[in-house]
Amino acid sequence: MLNLQKIGVPVLAIAAFVAFWEFLVWVNGWPDYVMASPSDLPQAYSRFWWLFLEGSWQTLWRTVAGLLLAVIFGTLLGMIMGFSRIARDALYPLLVGFNAIPKATLVPVLALLFIGQHNFNTVLMAFLISFFPIAVSVGIGLSTLEPEYRDILRSLGASKVTIFRKIALPKTLPEFFGALKVSVTLAFIGTNLVEIISPHGRGLGALFLSGQTNSNYPLMFAVLIALAVLGIVLYYAVVALEKIFAGWAERPQG
Amino acid sequence: MTNLIEIKGVTHAYKTPNGPLPVLDDLNIEVPEGEFAAVVGPSGCGKSTLTRLIAGLMKPDTGEVWLHGEQVKSPRKTVGMAFQNPVMLEWRTILENVILPLEIVAPSMPRGDRTARALELLQLVGLDGFENKRPSELSGGMRQRASLCRAIVHKPDVLIMDEPFGALDAFTREDLWQTMHALRAQEPFTAVLITHDLRESVYLGDQVIVLSGRPARTQYVLDVRYPGDGGLRQLEGLYTPECADMLAVLREQIQIAQGRQPAEAH
Repeated sequence: MLNLQKIGVPVLAIAAFVAFWEFLVWVNGWPDYVMASPSDLPQAYSRFWWLFLEGSWQTLWRTVAGLLLAVIFGTLLGMIMGFSRIARDALYPLLVGFNAIPKATLVPVLALLFIGQHNFNTVLMAFLISFFPIAVSVGIGLSTLEPEYRDILRSLGASKVTIFRKIALPKTLPEFFGALKVSVTLAFIGTNLVEIISPHGRGLGALFLSGQTNSNYPLMFAVLIALAVLGIVLYYAVVALEKIFAGWAERPQG
Repeated sequence: MTNLIEIKGVTHAYKTPNGPLPVLDDLNIEVPEGEFAAVVGPSGCGKSTLTRLIAGLMKPDTGEVWLHGEQVKSPRKTVGMAFQNPVMLEWRTILENVILPLEIVAPSMPRGDRTARALELLQLVGLDGFENKRPSELSGGMRQRASLCRAIVHKPDVLIMDEPFGALDAFTREDLWQTMHALRAQEPFTAVLITHDLRESVYLGDQVIVLSGRPARTQYVLDVRYPGDGGLRQLEGLYTPECADMLAVLREQIQIAQGRQPAEAH
């Protein structure tokens, strides 16, 4: 019963959305170069299915690679900011400033810096756009650790490393996963920015672009939907990890 | 009898932007082995600072803290702490929470022995059957019971408590007072209890130390003669004339500590 609700409700919501979309296009009599309708999409998928598979894979692995870098670097940065006030004061303005730069402007910069390194540039952009929430949340999680938590171990002579491993690290996990859910979608945006602005014929972004140049509008919409599906898959992968590692933070309902 | 805890002429001040803020001034406290010392005093008089000094988490500006004939300069493994906030690790079960100090103090202790020790204490405080629950599934009073188990699981010779019952409702608090006596009967330890509750200080303490307002000095030490002492203390004893007299004395001392004239003087 609970499972039926858990799966059935979102599926129904998606079906309702698709029906509404189809209805909107039909009622307005839009041609597919204004707005493709869901019924145009299967044709696009079946005609280019190989390109979709290849593009999805390229987009996916580069996004995940960028995200992994963001997790490692963001956590390290968050630890530094969480433990040292001076580092926090020094790094915050820099980070906020960097985060405020529209990442689309960085694509040509990266393209010039690392000419032809398309995979590297794409991973780098996915990383650059997604490490910020992780760094901030880990930093805040560590710096707001109540002193009593530290004291119960410190009064026994435990080392800083032990206190971090046994208390600080697990205690910040819920914040970390919260940030990771934001970062997942951001990393996707980063990958696609590079794929679309600085095209090398790789990834779903390139497929989108070729749809545009060939005036194949249903293809463009099909790419957008494929991106959305990939985003959902990655997001729920993070949710699954969260359940495993920080499931304790979810309180029983009632 | 030797003094297990000796605080000699301890003075401490916090650095603030407006200059040093003295919190302890020439404080002297002696607690013999196995005794229970309750410390009362006005709000913000430096009682929590005192717990951190005894635990070795802080060093006093001047003066000395001695535990078991050794001067305290850094944290020691023979101390247990409990706070007003039970500080349960939400990602561990109750049993794993109680075991935590053993992981630090006795890393080589076999897992089975740790579990047995923790279960023994949980049973003593009436938490048997809850060992595999998460802290979020327990009430505030139960969490505090688990927190007390954790504070003594490694058989510390000093138990330091900073208002452990302060956030509980009156009935739960009285239950926990009795649990405290039950624990002491089974597990000998020397204890320092910071509290705001005078009845609590008399019911639990062998001596009640009244601190003056900030900066805190030892203003008064009450030697508790609890009615019917010898066996386990009964809660009803609190309503005897002897206890009423002791509570009156303490109340008067607190008023002096707050800088007010005792009521009788008016």
